[in-house]
Amino acid sequence: MIRPGQTDGGPPPVIHVDALSRTFGAFRAVDQVSFDVQRGEVFGFLGSNGAGKSTTIRMLCGLLKPSSGRALVDGLDVGRDPEGVKRRIGYMSQRFSLYELLTVEQNIRFYAGLYGITGERLERRRRFALDIGGLAGREHERTGHLSGGWRQRLALGCALLHEPPILFLDEPTGGVDPVSRREFWRLIDDLSAAGTTVLVTTHYLDEAERCDRVAIMHLGRLAALGTIGELKRTFADRPIVEIRTADPVALMAWLDAHALVEKTSLFGTAVHAVLRSGTAPAELEAALGASGQTVRSLEPVVPSLEDVFLDVVDRLERGRAA
Amino acid sequence: MSGLWAVALKELRQIRRDRRSLLILLFIPCFFLFLYGYALNFDIRHVPLAVEDRDLTEESRALVAAFVRSTYFDQVASIDRPEDMAALLDTGRARAVLVIPSDFSQRIRQGGVAEVQVVLDGENANSATTVLGYANAVLADASLRLGGQIRTPIVSAAPRIWYNPELRSTLFLVPGLIAYLATVMAVVSTALSIVREKESGTIEQIRMAPISTLTFVVGKTLPYLVLSQVSAFLVILAAMALFGLPMRGDWFTLGLVVALFLVGALGTGLLVSTIAPSQQVAFQASMLIAFLPTLMLSGFIFPIASMPLALQYVTTIVPAKYFLIGLRGVVLKGLGAGDLLGPMAAMGAFAVVVLALSAARLARR
Repeated sequence: MIRPGQTDGGPPPVIHVDALSRTFGAFRAVDQVSFDVQRGEVFGFLGSNGAGKSTTIRMLCGLLKPSSGRALVDGLDVGRDPEGVKRRIGYMSQRFSLYELLTVEQNIRFYAGLYGITGERLERRRRFALDIGGLAGREHERTGHLSGGWRQRLALGCALLHEPPILFLDEPTGGVDPVSRREFWRLIDDLSAAGTTVLVTTHYLDEAERCDRVAIMHLGRLAALGTIGELKRTFADRPIVEIRTADPVALMAWLDAHALVEKTSLFGTAVHAVLRSGTAPAELEAALGASGQTVRSLEPVVPSLEDVFLDVVDRLERGRAA
Repeated sequence: MSGLWAVALKELRQIRRDRRSLLILLFIPCFFLFLYGYALNFDIRHVPLAVEDRDLTEESRALVAAFVRSTYFDQVASIDRPEDMAALLDTGRARAVLVIPSDFSQRIRQGGVAEVQVVLDGENANSATTVLGYANAVLADASLRLGGQIRTPIVSAAPRIWYNPELRSTLFLVPGLIAYLATVMAVVSTALSIVREKESGTIEQIRMAPISTLTFVVGKTLPYLVLSQVSAFLVILAAMALFGLPMRGDWFTLGLVVALFLVGALGTGLLVSTIAPSQQVAFQASMLIAFLPTLMLSGFIFPIASMPLALQYVTTIVPAKYFLIGLRGVVLKGLGAGDLLGPMAAMGAFAVVVLALSAARLARR
């Protein structure tokens, strides 16, 4: 397992997770997961559906009781003091949970009421939420009439009304157009710069690239953890080549059987081949030429996060099979 | 406390915005009362009557007049030839035929028993039985006036009916309708409102907030309790205006009975919402566990005493049964809270059980 990027000494982590597990019956949804998150970090969870991302987040929010292990959020044990944890976190899901029949103003006041925000503070935070949503002057519009991007930012504003030091975002940009997504991430960067710790789950790889560190989860386990650079460095001596050909499927079969190739995967119409440690791309090109395989182009590529993700998942599965 | 108020206020605002649920809560019940109240009437009046008077005397004419005067019967035909009777009944022009034999007046004058024949269309057994009851009542009354005995037994009981002296089925049915409508409002609107939050994901957001399940549930059901209480009283007032439902007891006891029943119904809706994944399932589940028992097993339409013994036991857990006892007790009999402790305790127990069950299901984590 790759686990760089952890700090020794320095300030204590805002989130400390130690061998956290959750089972549903015989099913281990989260299996012995451990990591630390520092203040102001944007920490990404990457994984396919059912990888255990959401279950982990729900435990960290005090919504689900851990089956074993423990997690401290802002110093509070999530299993022992879920209510205290809830006061210190903001949460926003992909569904932007607003009441569509109510106006912008009524939604803000409702969520403020849940956290007991009143008086001068309410006025200040209300203005903050309207600013973040860019909705000043539109307070009395019905929330259901707003488009996805507006609703998303209003939901973020509502999740931040009580000024939580930690923000959980569960796939926050589902169903939102690319421009709104970019604006949303700018808000996240601002929050992080101001000291808010952000945990975000996503299956968009480009979003994961914007995180300070990324945890890749697979089958309930933490498969890899590090900065994007660190994760990509695992390919340091294993070049990746992108090959274009008329018949990618036949080519993949040939490559998979070849001694120089560790594994292949299909990227659109191109084939990505990970070469064995120490192999030069030219060696593969020569081998292809010698075997009479017709190839349109072959060039080394920088590993993408998708390459990393597939590699990590692949190794974990092989580890299980072994 | 601020959380409770926030949830209740939000729910009220949502209901106000949502025309459909407002309509369901306040007006549909009154509309249904109107509709069902007139349709669900077991009374029969103006039965078309054909008369075959073979006697043609003062006495026989007096008997026919007694039938018509009762307003239960309208004379539509006189039969001269006996073979015409079948045709009248077959075509439905007459639903009852009164045959007065030729020795009718003679027998009465002799102080004997004069027999008349009443022929009924038995197509609908229920209404035939009812009509026969009316005919017997008219005959008994007429026999007193005419001094003789017209097909009355030598010893006859003189029944006197209390609470509903005219035996109007409306007075019996309307309380049942109120129970049925209150169930519809309370169970369905609560179940749907919580399942809607599940579907939209807002319930997840509320779970992330530092308010307890109890606060959420109470805040959410409070507006529905108030609204359905208002609605129940609208229906009761409408029943009084439209169907002459009396109010012999006190309003406080009535309010208490209604409130206890509604809390149980809201609890049932809550329990449904903890199980149902979608609004559609919630609606169907409400139908199954709330409507059908209220309709079939509460004594609304079918008397509990005439059910098979096993079913009679089942009715002991149907809250609408106790609501009906309480409601009929207050409005028809003028009973006070002290007389209705049993049914009120039963409704209270039901409410506690369903609320505890749903709280346990909601609190799981």
